Amino acid sequence: MTTATTKAAARTGRGRRERLAYLPYLIPGLLLFTGVIGVPFLMNIYTSLTEWQGVGTPKWIGLANYSELFKDGEFWASFQHNALIIVGMAIIPTALGLVLAALLTDLIDRHFGPRVASVLRACIYMPQVLPIVIGGIVWSWLLAPDNGAVNELLKAVGLGSLAHDWLGDPNTALYSVVGVMVWIQVGFPLVVFMSGLQRVEPSLYEAAEIDGASWARRFWHVTVPQIRPEIFVVLLWTTIAALKVFGPIYVLTKGGPGGATNVPSYYSYTNFFDKTDVGYGSAIATVLTLIIVALTVVFLRFQGRDLEEDR
Amino acid sequence: MTAITAKRTSERAARPRRRRRRGPSAYAVLVGLAALAGIMLIPFVVVVFNALKTPEEYTEDGPLAPPGGLHFDSITDFWERVGFGQVLLNSALISGSVAILAVLLSVFNAYALGIGRVKGRMWVLALLLLANTLPQEALVYPLYYLAKQVDLYDTRIAVIIVFTVIQSAFGTYLLSSVLGTFPKPLLEAARIDGANRWQILWRIVVPSVRPTLSVLMVFFFIWTWNEFLIPLVFLVSQDNQTVSVALGVLQGQRMMDATMSSAASLLGLIPTVVFFLIFQRTLARGLTAGAIK
Repeated sequence: MTTATTKAAARTGRGRRERLAYLPYLIPGLLLFTGVIGVPFLMNIYTSLTEWQGVGTPKWIGLANYSELFKDGEFWASFQHNALIIVGMAIIPTALGLVLAALLTDLIDRHFGPRVASVLRACIYMPQVLPIVIGGIVWSWLLAPDNGAVNELLKAVGLGSLAHDWLGDPNTALYSVVGVMVWIQVGFPLVVFMSGLQRVEPSLYEAAEIDGASWARRFWHVTVPQIRPEIFVVLLWTTIAALKVFGPIYVLTKGGPGGATNVPSYYSYTNFFDKTDVGYGSAIATVLTLIIVALTVVFLRFQGRDLEEDR
Repeated sequence: MTAITAKRTSERAARPRRRRRRGPSAYAVLVGLAALAGIMLIPFVVVVFNALKTPEEYTEDGPLAPPGGLHFDSITDFWERVGFGQVLLNSALISGSVAILAVLLSVFNAYALGIGRVKGRMWVLALLLLANTLPQEALVYPLYYLAKQVDLYDTRIAVIIVFTVIQSAFGTYLLSSVLGTFPKPLLEAARIDGANRWQILWRIVVPSVRPTLSVLMVFFFIWTWNEFLIPLVFLVSQDNQTVSVALGVLQGQRMMDATMSSAASLLGLIPTVVFFLIFQRTLARGLTAGAIK
């Protein structure tokens, strides 16, 4: 009924005037948005086509930054590192969160009561409460080579030979960062999936159980399909977060040792503020933006198709 | 132990569906998950232990031993060294201002888009969504440059303005869809009573979405509190820095010894744990009350 009224109103002049009357409420938002996001975004694209040290006039060089980027081994390496960070921030936490959410909802909640389940959930969620930078500081100290807690723990249980300069050795630095990111991230998918599982009809599980389905089969055929929308959203959200990862790299390794943990985000930052090669840094940031936007569009498409199939 | 068992039994009695045999595998899963929960919490425990130690104690007993007593020396040392009171105030000021201003801006935008149904609103919303997924790396240098041009570099105001806009993108998106379902008869009735648009906004629309607004405010506060890249670039003098920036910069300079590092971690995590405890209820209440009936 309401849509009919609005449509009718829109056809008349009164309706159009009506809508215009709301326009002033949009003006502060549009102005601020243009100044803080629109203009800087376009400026960034422009500077990516120039050579510029941040002072003086930018020199137009067309696509030279991009062709240089294409040949830059450090740039490609930073993307490979980012792929591993995506594993650590998006894929492992989502998979782990899914299994944990199913175990907590399906087994612990039903056998030991909801309170046990929610206490366990809160413990696993704890690292998510920290600002990501603080989490990084905690771990850079735990992983310190001389009497850091991790090495001391290894010595205490007789595995002293495994003690290591975790973040200082190019062979382990990236994996250490990935491990830290799993610790930080896993609580997020867990909480989202557990709230999604509240929707699932308990009778579905009971029916599956009566049919003699094993836990693994119930997980795969009941749990996962039921919370597919949540899985999509969490994967998209965490993958984008992984592509933007900056704070943990800054406090854990500063991209080192020897660029072993450099990621595009940090690489653009060093180009902006350490090497003052602003044009090149802008080109990196623009490529990163394109990837993130493309990824968002692809995910939304997939999600849309997925929802249509369900109908 | 008996109390717990008794309680469990009564719980199980209350819910007949739960009365099932717990096989050994269920216990195995419980033990495994409890161990995992423990592992997740160990870093927190180690931080608290070492923040309360003297540096001598640390070098003698290592990081894993519990502290011999409560020494607040490294915490107060660290507090004075970074001027933590000021840093805490800066974070609270920036996050608090952003929470309020971004909600206000979102309300205005959403009023025009969701209720006013301004022409081209789908484009505006798509643009806002895009802004929300944009990496800040693509904005940070131009913003830094522009802030220098208008003399706002190294001011808290600049950070407040930037995050008000960034956060309001999400707020506008969410509120527009909430207000899109706002009952029209309510608006008509108010208009017949002689209320103008401004009055309708404040007396009818805002009160009815207040729970959603408070949830947004909490989100904006926490998100802004946790931001790092833009505050790091903008706030160079210690008097203006936020908690994350001050600690991150110190960490980056490798200037802290072990006990001071853990004191820093402890001071950095306490405020957020406090927010978590305070806001938990707002969030739980707000999300269920979010829908307009």
